[in-house]
Amino acid sequence: MRNAFADELTKLGQEDPRIVMLSGDIGNRLFDRFKEAQPERFFNCGVAEQNMMGVAAGMAMNGLRPLAYTITPFVTTRCLEQIRTDAAYHEAPVTVVAVGAGLSYAGLGPTHHACEDISFLRSIPNMVVLAPGDAWEVRAGLRAIMQQKRPVYMRIGKKGEPVVHDGPIADFEIGKALTLANGSDVCILSTGNILPEAMEAGRLLDAGGISTLVVSFHTVKPLDEACLRNAFERYERVVTVEEHSVVGGLGSAVAEWAVDASVDTRRLLRIGTPDKFFKLSGTQKFAREQLGMTGHQIAHRVSATLRERDSAA
Amino acid sequence: MTALAAQPSPDIEGLRKQAARIRGRVLEMCHASKSAHLGSSLSCVDILTAAYWHVLNVDPKNPNDPERDRFILSKGHAAMAIYATLAMRGYFPEEELATYNQDNGRLAEHPPANMLPGVEAATGSLGHGLPLGLGMALAARIKGEGFRVYALLSDGENNEGSVWEAAMFAAGKKLENVCIVVDYNKWQATGRSNETLALAPLRDKWAAFGWDAHEVDGHDIGRLAEMMANVPNGSSKPVALIAHTVKGKGVSFMEDDNNWHYRAPTAEEVAKARAGLGLV
Repeated sequence: MRNAFADELTKLGQEDPRIVMLSGDIGNRLFDRFKEAQPERFFNCGVAEQNMMGVAAGMAMNGLRPLAYTITPFVTTRCLEQIRTDAAYHEAPVTVVAVGAGLSYAGLGPTHHACEDISFLRSIPNMVVLAPGDAWEVRAGLRAIMQQKRPVYMRIGKKGEPVVHDGPIADFEIGKALTLANGSDVCILSTGNILPEAMEAGRLLDAGGISTLVVSFHTVKPLDEACLRNAFERYERVVTVEEHSVVGGLGSAVAEWAVDASVDTRRLLRIGTPDKFFKLSGTQKFAREQLGMTGHQIAHRVSATLRERDSAA
Repeated sequence: MTALAAQPSPDIEGLRKQAARIRGRVLEMCHASKSAHLGSSLSCVDILTAAYWHVLNVDPKNPNDPERDRFILSKGHAAMAIYATLAMRGYFPEEELATYNQDNGRLAEHPPANMLPGVEAATGSLGHGLPLGLGMALAARIKGEGFRVYALLSDGENNEGSVWEAAMFAAGKKLENVCIVVDYNKWQATGRSNETLALAPLRDKWAAFGWDAHEVDGHDIGRLAEMMANVPNGSSKPVALIAHTVKGKGVSFMEDDNNWHYRAPTAEEVAKARAGLGLV
């Protein structure tokens, strides 16, 4: 995802003279082509994220379209007040790009894990919160962001994730979820880099006789309310899947919406990381297994809740 | 807007009278609203006067001109001083000053975003104004615009780590069109600024961080006007002016008394203070 981001950014940088790239001393060689093409519009801001975010806001207040990029905790919680006060309060169109969403950098330890960021960012007025599900969504999302005039938060994974879409997404819109697999019993709403596992869960459920719709719910704010209404009206289970804490992420956003919209909230199943730090060493795959986030485990939990309902009936 | 021309010599007597009128307004606003930060507002009035009546290339009738100089009140708690300054400079009617800190107004106790002409940035949380200003200065460079960026910081604000992140960034990017003025009134909210954290030697710190740093009497309007106008100054560095000031300046019974960080004056005290300023 990060390579797709850098590649698409390089293309956009040639088309749009307002685009400025700010890096928090990260992405070794990743932005070489951007730097080569636009040397006057790339800034390594050093390990100083508060200043980087303020600089980005100051640029955006003066007609530019800066992107501020580094590892998720450092470009979110480290400088959250700058995002809130400098970018969002001023309605300055800064794009905050967080690499290493969720457990992408599991092996680097909890200092580098990012399972709380959606919670913080979506509570800030004026922010758009985007969590693309694969490299093609990153590319389409980035282009869509540059058509916006608002501050945007985009969390992306690392490199080498499986690609879900077949190619460029022609009809990508911020706030409009994308259907990736059709089904009639269960609706999986996946946000962000967990999408390949959600797709696997859908395939496994289908194979077990549970027809499953899989949706890439790439925009956590604003919510695609039409998609949600359809999901709660037509599906026995609506399952949110995210590599993010069950506190404050997509599942929480959908639960809040569902209560306010008076839909049947008993249909909602929220799958995310638990409200605790994951302290063991190991790969993202290992961490997902430990936390019940693999496709197989997701499918198992969904079918288990359907069985509970059947036995209660 | 006219292009930057050689600045005429400042009309020092006129600037002093203007500063006294701003102080008189600030005292009235503070009394009417019973709000805090009177001492912090009074200490920076001479800096604001020099900026808005001599240094800045701005046109209050065209407050969004892309080529205008930017002035950021990074010490946003001196809102009363910037409001009085902007109103008297013609950005909005002086009568609106009576709405300061009242219900349903534009003049909150810290300057708002995207609401009031002349306010370049919403400040109030310290340590934000300089990074914002550096982004503006880089935007000027990228877009080929010639404007300068000024930021007024408090001495307490120098406690913030983000100020020093910004200090290194500005020097690293050689942002010579940037000038900060530190309102060094020797107090922060609850104590002496040099006893709270080790601030001194402040000029040396800014110089060590790569700035062309100078000390100046923050109540010598003429000297301030000359030094602030001389940006860029040929050093290829951003400029830091460490302005030695007195908290509560201009009112004898408030000067260097930190109770006036939070206290508001009575009507009698306002009358006495205004008389001392030579205002009727």
